[in-house]
Amino acid sequence: MTESVIALRGVRAELGSRPVLRGIDLTVRRGEVVALLGANGSGKSTAVRSIIGQVPVAAGEIELFGTPRRRFRDWARVGYVPQRTTAAGGVPATVTEVVSSGRLSRARFGMLRKADHAAVRRALELVGMADRARDSVNALSGGQHQRVLIARALATEPELLIMDEPMAGVDLASQEVLAETLREQVAAGTTVLLVLHELGPLEPLIDRAVVLRDGCVLHDGPPPEAVGQHALPGHDHVHPHAPAGAEPIRTGLLS
Amino acid sequence: MEILNYAFMQRALLAAVLVGITAPAVGIYLVQRRQALMGDGIGHVAMTGVGLGFLLSWSPVWMATLVSVLGAVLMELIRWYGRTRGDIALAMLFYGGMAGGVMFINLAPTGSNANLTSYLFGSLSTVSESDVTAICLLAAFVVLVTLGLRRQLFAVSQDEEFARVTGLPVRALNLLTAVTAAVTVTVAMRVVGLLLVSALMVVPVAAAQQLSRSFAATFAIAVAIGVAVTLGGTVTSYYQDVPPGATIVLLTIAAFVLLTALATPLARRRARAVASAQPGADPTECRIPATRGAGDELGV
Repeated sequence: MTESVIALRGVRAELGSRPVLRGIDLTVRRGEVVALLGANGSGKSTAVRSIIGQVPVAAGEIELFGTPRRRFRDWARVGYVPQRTTAAGGVPATVTEVVSSGRLSRARFGMLRKADHAAVRRALELVGMADRARDSVNALSGGQHQRVLIARALATEPELLIMDEPMAGVDLASQEVLAETLREQVAAGTTVLLVLHELGPLEPLIDRAVVLRDGCVLHDGPPPEAVGQHALPGHDHVHPHAPAGAEPIRTGLLS
Repeated sequence: MEILNYAFMQRALLAAVLVGITAPAVGIYLVQRRQALMGDGIGHVAMTGVGLGFLLSWSPVWMATLVSVLGAVLMELIRWYGRTRGDIALAMLFYGGMAGGVMFINLAPTGSNANLTSYLFGSLSTVSESDVTAICLLAAFVVLVTLGLRRQLFAVSQDEEFARVTGLPVRALNLLTAVTAAVTVTVAMRVVGLLLVSALMVVPVAAAQQLSRSFAATFAIAVAIGVAVTLGGTVTSYYQDVPPGATIVLLTIAAFVLLTALATPLARRRARAVASAQPGADPTECRIPATRGAGDELGV
């Protein structure tokens, strides 16, 4: 069996006093592309944020590259795209400045060398933003913000990409660029864990889908088929394994 | 320049330059993480330090440094743990700090409200030899941190969650930012005063933003504005006999208004240039997706 890159066993997490994850098991093996699906509030973002250590875990184990997360220090192997609508902060910054911060995981004492600057340039080329490198991120469209966030994750040349809703608020042109970027990464052997609201243009890339509902894993297997009318954004996907009488799993835009 | 013949003015000008450099240098990270008012809060807490300094007959500058560093660390801890009630806890810390300062200084044998006023609004003529030594040491620390760790602080202030995944010690860097801000408050206390210190952290950065596209340029312009207004304000206050802190802050706001007025037409021209350089770059966002029917658009 191939090495597991991410392993969650019985993970529970609470936000405030509300349980959000209620015993999640999830394994992502090397080279796999796994989509984490579910309705709003199903816990998919919390699951991802518990993996990176942003959300404290109440019980269970998390391993990254076979190391318990608490002892994991090799962050240069992980690229992360948080759920954001903007790459901007309270002060103007150029596209290059934002993407360069993704390279800090490989820089010693925060010093960027020639190779680091080259990696930042490559990451910008991968998302088709090299011509905007010196522009302020404030001047970008929503889709371009997302491309910058993904370039920031790619700047570290990661073996594992974790992305939280990378397609949210992204225009069609950028969606195509992002899908192509991801395709190249996957072809090069990168492992990917994606949180998605709907499969959309990334569907052909996805090996496995894990559907969460109310903080539990509802389905773990091949991505739910979505063809014709079902593939339309806004469609409520009714999963065949769902218990009878259950609410449809709402993966569409409108739910 | 007869102004330079007086020892007290030499000290005042040196202190002013150091304040002009350090306040915007820290302020830029506070503005970036949208905590522009943190400096104000630390200023309130530092008052307890000044009061304690008088009460215990220690240097008010060092005592204020100690207390405001503790206060800043406490604020950072409240931000971590007290998510829901955090703002109430911060309010209590700020006003408790202010009340403590007034109380201690009135209990002190040498203290009076006149002393307090000089710390609240700044007083150049009372900057002593030992104050200058303290200010130089503290300013060196601030410059070292804000320039030496600029990439790390930029990353943490831009996106804390992402910074965690680059392996940066996010909590330590947040604490360091808070401590550096506290140190800056006490550096600036003698020149602009505790109640106005936050203005010098925030307004030069806001003014610089009108001109700049990058973080590096914003940093440089903000520090340049900071030095210009602190020097200008100090000299003006000497010749016109007006309070230095108020003069400096009003000059800073004037600089902001001026730069905004200059930059607005510039930004418009730049936007037009970008639009004409990339014909058809934007319309893709308005195109209706081919896979969707017209009916689908109604619900979105």
